[in-house]
Amino acid sequence: MFKSFLIKYAEIGVKGKNRYLFEDALVQQIKYALRRCEGEFSIRKTKGRIYIDAETDFDYEETIDNLKTVFGISGICPMIYVEDEGFEKLCATVIQYMKDVYPQQNKTFKVMARRARKNYPLDTMEINRELGGVILDAFPDMKVDVHNPEIELNVEIREKIYIYSETIPGPGGMPVGTGGKAMLLLSGGIDSPVAGYMISKRGVKIDAVYFHAPPYTSERAKQKVIDLAKLVSRYSGPIYLHIINFTDIQLAIYEKCPHEELTIIMRRYMMKIAETIAKETECLGLITGESIGQVASQTMHSLAATNEVCTMPVYRPCIGMDKQEIVKVSEEINTYETSILPYEDCCTIFVAKHPVTKPNLSIIKRHEKNLENVIDGLMETALNTRETIVVRCEK
Amino acid sequence: MEVYLDNSATTRCFDSVAELVCKVMTSDYGNPSSMHNKGVESEKYIRHAREIIAKNLKVNEKEILFTSGGTEADNLALIGTAYANYRAGRHLVTTAIEHPAILQTMQYLEKQGFEVTYLPVDTNGRIRLEDLRRALRPDTILVSVMHTNNEIGSLQPIAQAGELIKRYNPAIVFHVDAVQGYGKFRIYPKRMYIDLLSVSGHKIHGPKGIGFLYINEKIKIRPIIFGGGQQKGMRSGTENVPAIAGMGLAIEKIYENLDEENARIYQLKQRFIDGVKKIPDVKINGLTGIDAAPHIVSLSVRGVRSEVLLHALEDKGIYVSAGSACASNKPSVSATLKAIGVEKDLLDSTIRFSFSVYTTKEEIDYTLQNLYDIIPMLRKYTRH
Repeated sequence: MFKSFLIKYAEIGVKGKNRYLFEDALVQQIKYALRRCEGEFSIRKTKGRIYIDAETDFDYEETIDNLKTVFGISGICPMIYVEDEGFEKLCATVIQYMKDVYPQQNKTFKVMARRARKNYPLDTMEINRELGGVILDAFPDMKVDVHNPEIELNVEIREKIYIYSETIPGPGGMPVGTGGKAMLLLSGGIDSPVAGYMISKRGVKIDAVYFHAPPYTSERAKQKVIDLAKLVSRYSGPIYLHIINFTDIQLAIYEKCPHEELTIIMRRYMMKIAETIAKETECLGLITGESIGQVASQTMHSLAATNEVCTMPVYRPCIGMDKQEIVKVSEEINTYETSILPYEDCCTIFVAKHPVTKPNLSIIKRHEKNLENVIDGLMETALNTRETIVVRCEK
Repeated sequence: MEVYLDNSATTRCFDSVAELVCKVMTSDYGNPSSMHNKGVESEKYIRHAREIIAKNLKVNEKEILFTSGGTEADNLALIGTAYANYRAGRHLVTTAIEHPAILQTMQYLEKQGFEVTYLPVDTNGRIRLEDLRRALRPDTILVSVMHTNNEIGSLQPIAQAGELIKRYNPAIVFHVDAVQGYGKFRIYPKRMYIDLLSVSGHKIHGPKGIGFLYINEKIKIRPIIFGGGQQKGMRSGTENVPAIAGMGLAIEKIYENLDEENARIYQLKQRFIDGVKKIPDVKINGLTGIDAAPHIVSLSVRGVRSEVLLHALEDKGIYVSAGSACASNKPSVSATLKAIGVEKDLLDSTIRFSFSVYTTKEEIDYTLQNLYDIIPMLRKYTRH
C-alpha cells in the first residue's frame, strides 16, 4: 500500500549554515542506494524534509533494506498521501489506513496532527480530537494513550495530506561525503570491516589497503577481502582497494629481525605503506580495527610502537570494544560470515609462538636498522606494483 | 608454462568430447522422454553410451544407471542397498580411507540405525583380507571398498575381497567406488564379484555433472530420487543427455590406448619419483611401483606447509592439490593420511601430484626443477 517514504534525519537538523551541504549529500546517498532497487523513484527535498516517492512498481522490502544502508537516515516512515478533499474524506482515509496497517485493531494510539497549511478549516487540536473520535468509533478495542501510545498516527496537512505511523530505524550517522576520506587497513578478519563501517558512518569516504603475501596467502584470501570491501561499500559507497604484495618485506623482516618482534615490525611497515598511499590519495587519516589487548600486537605498548611511524591521525573505532561487541556489529552489517572463512591472512603466517606484548621502541628501532639496506627498495617496489581496484556494491 | 597436475581433482575434457556435448546441446537437444523424433534422436545418444559402457565392463546394458556423478552413485549404492536390505541385517563394512562421498553417507546411515565397521589399512594404504574376513557377520548386508585411493593412489585387492565376501555369504552386496580407478584399469564386475560400481565422468576427460552406477540386476536396491520415473524409476529426472553422450565418447577414447598410455604414465611417475628422491626429507606416501595407481604421487615435504608449496608452484603455472588441511585455523585432516600413519608433523605438509594422458615428460622435468628451487627457499622461512 505504501508508495512513499518520509526520511527522518537526526543530527543534520542541528547543523547551521552548511546544513544544505549535509542534506544534499544525504539526497545523493539515497539516490546511490535506490539505484540498487527495482523501480523508479523521485526524491523531494522540501522544508527540512526528504520524501521518496515510488514512480513505478517497486519491491518494498528491498527498498527498505537499501535505505537502511544510508548513513544520515535516522528513521524511514512508510507513508501515504492523499489530496485534500474535505475532512469527511480524510476521516474515511484514516479509518482505511488503520484497518490496513493494524489489522488486530487493539492497540493504544494518539493522533499527531501538524498543519503546515494554516488556512485548513480545523486547527491542530481539533484535528487530533476529531480523528481520535472517528478511530475510537470505528475500532472499539483501540484506546487513546497520549503519553506512551503504541501507535503515533501522524497526519500532516500540507499541499497534500500525509499520513504515517511507523518509523523503521535507519543507521543514523552522517551522510557519506560530508567528512573527507580515510584509508582503511583491511584484513580478512572480523574487526577491520567493522572499523571501516563505523568511521564511514560519520560521513567519511573510505579507501582501503590490503596486504597480500603470495604464496603464503591464496587468491581466495584476496577474493575474500574484495568481498568484504564490497559488503562495506553497501554503506560507504565505492571503495578504492589497494592491494600490496607484502611477501618480500615480510621475508626480509623474518630473516633480519628477531622473531618475537616480527609482527610489530611488520605492522609498522604496513602503517608506513598505508600512510604513503593515504597521502597520495588525499586521505586525512588511517583506520584500523585494533582493540586494546585483543592480541599481542594490540596492547597499549604495541599500539604505541605501531602508531609511532605515522604522522597522520589513526582512527581506531573498535578500540574500546570487546570481541563480542565487534562480532555483533559485523553480524548486523553482514560481514561476519565472510570474515570467518578460513583463509590465512598475512598477519598469521609467520606469527611467533610468544610474540612480544610490551615492545620497547628503542629496541625495535635498533632491530629495524638491520633492514636499512633493503627496506627502502622493497617498500618502493611494493608501492609501485600495487594493484588498485574499485569495489562497489552492484544491484 | 601451464602444467596441470591435479588430474585426480578433475581432468581436461577431450576436445572431441566437448564438441559432441556442444552438438547435443544445440542441435540434438530433445528430451529423451518426448514421443516425437527429437526425443528419439536424443534417446539414441543414451543408448549408444550405455552400449559403450556395458561392453567396456562386460555387463548387461540394463545394468547401467546414469547419475549426476560419483557422489550420487555412491549415495545411491549405499543408501539404496541399506534400505532395500535392512530386514536381512543392519551391518555395513567399509574402509577407513574412503572418499567423503562414502564416509559421510556411512555416517548418515549410522544415524539411521545401521552399524558400520571401518577396516584399517596398512602403511601402504591397503586393507588386509583377514581384517575383512573378521569384519563379516551374519547380519552384514553391504561391503563398500574403493578401487583406487584418491589421495595416495593405493589399490585394493578387489577381486580377492569380492571372492571372500561371496564365499562367506553370497547375499552380501559388494560395492566398489571406482571413481579414481576407472579409466586407468580394466574393471570387470562379473569376474570380480562386484555388484555395484561407481564411476564419474569428469575424472576420465569427460564432462562434469555425470557419472554412472553399475547395478548387478540380481541385487535389491531402492531409488533415492523420485519423480517422473526416468531410467525405470531408479533415478528420476530428465537424463543429462549431452554429458551422457560425452562420457560415452570419453570412455571409448580412454580405453582405446589404455595399455600404451598406462605404460607411459607409469614411466612418468617413475621419473618424477626418482627426481623427488633427490630432495632431502621428502617422504613418498604409499607404494611407488605398478602395484599402485599410475597417476597419483603423494609427497610429504618436511618443514613446508602444503598450502604454501601449492601456491608457490601455482605461481610457476603448476597446479597441484594440498593433501590435507585447507588452512591452519580450520584443520580438516585427511582420513587417508591419518589411516596410513603419516606422522602428525607431516599431515599439513602433504601434497598430491596427479597425472593424465596430457602429462608430458617436459612437464615432469619442469615441475621437478621448480621443486628443487622452491622447497629449499620455503624451508628457510618456517613458522616457529
